[in-house]
Amino acid sequence: MMVNASLRLGLIVLALLVTANAHAGPTAGAALKKGFVQCGVNTGLAGFSQPDSNGEWRGIDVDLCRAIGAALFSDAKKVRYTPLTAQQRFTALQSGEVDILSRNTTWTMTRDTSLGLNFVGVNFYDGQGFMVTKKRNVKSAKQLDGAAVCVQPGTTTELNLADYFRANNMKFKPVVIEKLEEVLNAYFAGRCDVYTTDISGLYAARASRAANPTDHVILPEIVSKEPFGPAVRHGDDQWFDIVKWSLFAMIEAEELGLTSKNIEQQAKSANPVIQRFVGAKGEFGKMLGLDIRWAYNIVKQVGNYGESYERNLSPLGVERGVNRLWNRGGLMYAPPMR
Amino acid sequence: MTYRSRLDLTAQLLANKNMTFLHRRHPRAIIYQGLLAAAVGLTAWYFISNAVENLLARHIASGFGFLTREAGFEIGETTFLSYNAGDTYLNALAVGLLNTLHVATLSIVFSTLLGVSIGLARLSHNWLLAKLAAGYVEVIRNAPLIVQLFFWYAVITESFPAPGEALSPFPGVFLSNRGLAFPVIAAGTPLKLDYPVLSGFNFSGGALLSPEFAALLLGLSLYTAAFIAEIVRAGILAVDRGQFEAAYSLGLNQRQVMRCVILPQALRVIVPPISSQYLNCTKNSSLAVAIGYPDLVSIANTSINQTGQAIEGIAIIMLVYLTISLAISGFMNWFNRRFALRGIKP
Repeated sequence: MMVNASLRLGLIVLALLVTANAHAGPTAGAALKKGFVQCGVNTGLAGFSQPDSNGEWRGIDVDLCRAIGAALFSDAKKVRYTPLTAQQRFTALQSGEVDILSRNTTWTMTRDTSLGLNFVGVNFYDGQGFMVTKKRNVKSAKQLDGAAVCVQPGTTTELNLADYFRANNMKFKPVVIEKLEEVLNAYFAGRCDVYTTDISGLYAARASRAANPTDHVILPEIVSKEPFGPAVRHGDDQWFDIVKWSLFAMIEAEELGLTSKNIEQQAKSANPVIQRFVGAKGEFGKMLGLDIRWAYNIVKQVGNYGESYERNLSPLGVERGVNRLWNRGGLMYAPPMR
Repeated sequence: MTYRSRLDLTAQLLANKNMTFLHRRHPRAIIYQGLLAAAVGLTAWYFISNAVENLLARHIASGFGFLTREAGFEIGETTFLSYNAGDTYLNALAVGLLNTLHVATLSIVFSTLLGVSIGLARLSHNWLLAKLAAGYVEVIRNAPLIVQLFFWYAVITESFPAPGEALSPFPGVFLSNRGLAFPVIAAGTPLKLDYPVLSGFNFSGGALLSPEFAALLLGLSLYTAAFIAEIVRAGILAVDRGQFEAAYSLGLNQRQVMRCVILPQALRVIVPPISSQYLNCTKNSSLAVAIGYPDLVSIANTSINQTGQAIEGIAIIMLVYLTISLAISGFMNWFNRRFALRGIKP
């Protein structure tokens, strides 16, 4: 409910006011002491983070949280989730209510600097698009002059929308509603001509919420760059490294062909790159202050990036596209582990 | 001890020069108040210094400098101020404030008119009318306002047709799920009407009452009216039965009895609690954010999220609501002193 959301925002602000120690010590140390990683996720976005019918959180963002659990505790289950709205997410991370924000959040310059956050990398390259009902017979976003547009507040989406229409000398009427449920209700009821969000979100909404998915078309224009990535607070470089390399380990594993199924087998491989990865050679775990088998545990318990994508996003019909590995024509690229 | 001698003792004690400083009343009061003020001040200092320290440590920008930066987002309803995405956060917040005042003022007027009628109807000798009014109060007063807002919003957006098939009860007036489009008098000479026309996706020209505004106005007015109705009923019942009888026996008719005898007395009971309802109504308008009406809270929330400056944003919201609330209660106190306590001259 909206009231609860506001109350929660208020409480988080209060937390920022009363948290006595600005440096709670290294985040990893505090997490080890309490026995779990507190992960800020979306309140419910299919494919990214959503509880399944058993109440287990599932999604590509959730998998990243689990990977950090596996790296830190050798147990992907040692994660607790805090569902956050778009408006609560940054304050929750700033105030220390969550250790990491893994919530389809676009990496922008403002957020990376003046919000006091550090983005560790990109786990999904997205872009903003538009969905309209088929019977409108719209072929291009350039034909949307005068349209009523349903959009969620407090996101880069709202700003890109205004930028795009300004740049193309068009006008629109925003209908701004915070809750995803309510904004989709408004669009599907016909209150708006257009629903805009990131392309992955449009696919998810069309697949899971439309009475008849074929009645809605996603327009070809992609009007923004939306690189989603996990973020941590400024001021704890060790934690920043752990989260960053947990993400890279998942991408690197896919490149090396290591999966949750074959890693046990592959660990015996003579390939030095794989030997470094699984911790048989070198001291890469120690450099992060982690167990020597940190990367092995991530792949064993969570899987590589490709497995996570197949499990969470492919069922929604989201093409792999630019999220393929760099050597298969995509943008996913992990720096070498050496 | 007799009463007399006790008085003497008190007088003696008061005059006693040996009584310590702390035992005297006036200095003690000053000390207590000083301690209280110090406690409040220390607590405030604790919160503020903590927040400042935390913000600095996390390199989070603070201060109100963001108000002059470009907001970059559009607002759906800008009835009183022209605004576009290129304007500043300050402009955006001003639009939000005017939208809040707009919906709150109209809701207060409508809920008062409706509430007084329903309160009187509940006291009516007409059985059906009284029961209908009672039913209204019980149903509306006992359902959460936010549920009612969702209800009205769904009714409007789901039950009216798309703009292409808009209902047109009168020429130039169109009712659709985009709201009620109606003609307005265009500026310039000679005066003529500016009619809404369907162009592209939506109506242009004329004026538009949006579904969000309509749902909020309807929900707030109906909800607040139920409470006002009960206050009015209680106020009238609080006037002694003898006053009615005395007034009738003087030969006044029913209208005169109400206007000259009962209402002036009832108003004394009615006005203070009604002031609270006006405050509630204004504050409840912040539920607008749930159904997409761009009120102050909605705009401030968006600004908080774009800038990350939650403390400043919440401070602005609190300051604005405090100002509005104090203004309303100031006006109502004046009204109470000026009219309710003296009685309205017939």
